[in-house]
Amino acid sequence: MNFLNVEELQRLFLFLLRRIFQSVFVLFGLSILIFLLSRVLPGDPARMALGARAPQETIQRLRDEMHLDEPLLQQYQIWFTNALGGDLGDSLRTRRPVVDDIVEFLPASMELVLLAGVISAIGGITLGTLSARHKDSWIDNLVRVVSYMGVVTPAFVVAIIFLTFFTTAEFGLDLFPPIGRLSSGFEPPPRVTGLYTVDALLAGQFDTFVNALHHLILPSLALALGSLSQEARITRSTMSDNLTRDYIAAERALGIPEKTVTGKFLLKPSLIPTVSIFGLDFAANLSNAFLVEVIFNWPGISRYATTAMLYKDLNAIAAVILILGVTFIVVNILVDLVVGILDPRIRLRGARSD
Amino acid sequence: MAEIAVSPVPEVIDAAALARIQRQNRRENLGRMWFKFSRNPLSVIGLLMVIAIILLAIFAEFVTPFPDHVRPFTDFVNAKKPPGGEYLLGTDQFGRDILSRIVFGFRFSLLMAVVVLTLVVPVGVTLGMVAGYFQGTIIDTIIMRITDIFLSVPPLILALAIASVLTPNLTNSMVAVSLMWWPWYARLVYGLSSALRTEYFVSSAETIGARTPHILFREILPNMISPIFTKMSLDVGWVIIIGSMLSFLGLGVQEPQPGLGTMVAKGSDYLPTGQWWMAIFPALAIVVVVLGFNLLGDGLRDLFSAEEV
Repeated sequence: MNFLNVEELQRLFLFLLRRIFQSVFVLFGLSILIFLLSRVLPGDPARMALGARAPQETIQRLRDEMHLDEPLLQQYQIWFTNALGGDLGDSLRTRRPVVDDIVEFLPASMELVLLAGVISAIGGITLGTLSARHKDSWIDNLVRVVSYMGVVTPAFVVAIIFLTFFTTAEFGLDLFPPIGRLSSGFEPPPRVTGLYTVDALLAGQFDTFVNALHHLILPSLALALGSLSQEARITRSTMSDNLTRDYIAAERALGIPEKTVTGKFLLKPSLIPTVSIFGLDFAANLSNAFLVEVIFNWPGISRYATTAMLYKDLNAIAAVILILGVTFIVVNILVDLVVGILDPRIRLRGARSD
Repeated sequence: MAEIAVSPVPEVIDAAALARIQRQNRRENLGRMWFKFSRNPLSVIGLLMVIAIILLAIFAEFVTPFPDHVRPFTDFVNAKKPPGGEYLLGTDQFGRDILSRIVFGFRFSLLMAVVVLTLVVPVGVTLGMVAGYFQGTIIDTIIMRITDIFLSVPPLILALAIASVLTPNLTNSMVAVSLMWWPWYARLVYGLSSALRTEYFVSSAETIGARTPHILFREILPNMISPIFTKMSLDVGWVIIIGSMLSFLGLGVQEPQPGLGTMVAKGSDYLPTGQWWMAIFPALAIVVVVLGFNLLGDGLRDLFSAEEV
């Protein structure tokens, strides 16, 4: 990238450092919030986890194990030091360390959310560009109507509609498998990243890759539709604003081909708001994954959390929120970084994008 | 909001005349706003949809064919009837009319939106306004860092976590959504009020010794009303979506009460066996409600942003 010299890289690095420092603070606060949520709210967590008919001794044993009889500050101290050491307690339901459960289920969710992110970024930017290039034509109108509907339709509704119309033979469209990550008869590929598609490719199992992808497409499309629409709308509006700028007129007047004008000089500044909104869209996808995973019976972290919530498994709930909070923070730092690279004003001033 | 005096001002203004002129101005302003609003057919469609939904929800007892079906009720003879005939949108696994249940479901969605926004807006606005006015002080730091912490978790996940440790019902789901929603208002208002505090009318008020509450609520707040109101009108749809997501996961409206999300969740059990109408119609009903409120909200936003120019 020719537009980044050493000095700018230094600035970018400082900017990154400051964002990480801020995030550490936010994470610390988040850990307090989560801790309070899992301890202070009404009811005895041990009794909730074990059920009303559990004998008193069993409950007392669990209370000791969770240090519930210590003062609150000390409880937090214990919880926090353990969390720093990577120990988020045992699940009150599966009796396994929560971290093990998370390591097992998180990759499935990440596979879904990442593919949804890729689909929505590529699809959104393409549709937005198309719409802006052909402003007020039928393409533009179609994109606007579809993206508006996409924004107002919650992902779980899309998932239900997809499940109804694309997986059952009833409507003649038996295109995709309805549930799970792999068809029966397929073995999960040897675990490297936990993403079945990536692992299958690494192991050279092409059949497994195709099967995993086939299972992945429908849920991630359902997840992606909302953010895709959001990004298409934003790209369209920034791009059509920028199209009226003088520098575009000047470039056209100089006889620079239309393709170069759009692809090179128009696209980059127009992408800044799209990338900024991507952080929020990612959060929306993580949230929506909760319902989409339930609907598609997808064995990911969200479905794990939903079950944990039904059983009031507080250790698991706290851990999942913490992990998703960390993921969200990391994505936002990345987004800020990309925006910084795209936008010279931010890059040079080192200011935040908002 | 710009008050445009168009009527001739009498030489001596008594209280009655002043009130009359103000009334007249207000009426003309409203007329002008309606004219602008009605130029966009989509906004008008949105308004009509919202009015229709509100009326349906209020008079649900009288307009639905089977108002009994939202209370404990079973009629296994007519269970799982496909759409058409007596049951326009079909019946569910207990033989309850889906159309009637959807219309009653609007009630819970609207209730959710009204309660959540009533709780959230005053809290978020006050906190954001105070933090913005005292920008750079310890008050600002405390309020806004807490806000940041709440904003660091994807919104629905926080609401889910709160709702899941409470007893699952409508009230608690409203509490959960409110707890996650106020930071968004705090952040919006923080930006506005920290910009407004350097304006001349604020520093003038400070100079003549106005009290802080006066400056906050009488000088700063009135100048932030339109962005706040715009956000509120766009938020109604989102609150309804989040509410239906909670009830989909069993953390909101409980059976036999007809929450739209609950109906989708229960109905989706019957998708593999081909009874698609049980899940699809309530799902579409959610889309219709949100669409109506968003079209209306967009119309109002255009109205307010045009007015500021």
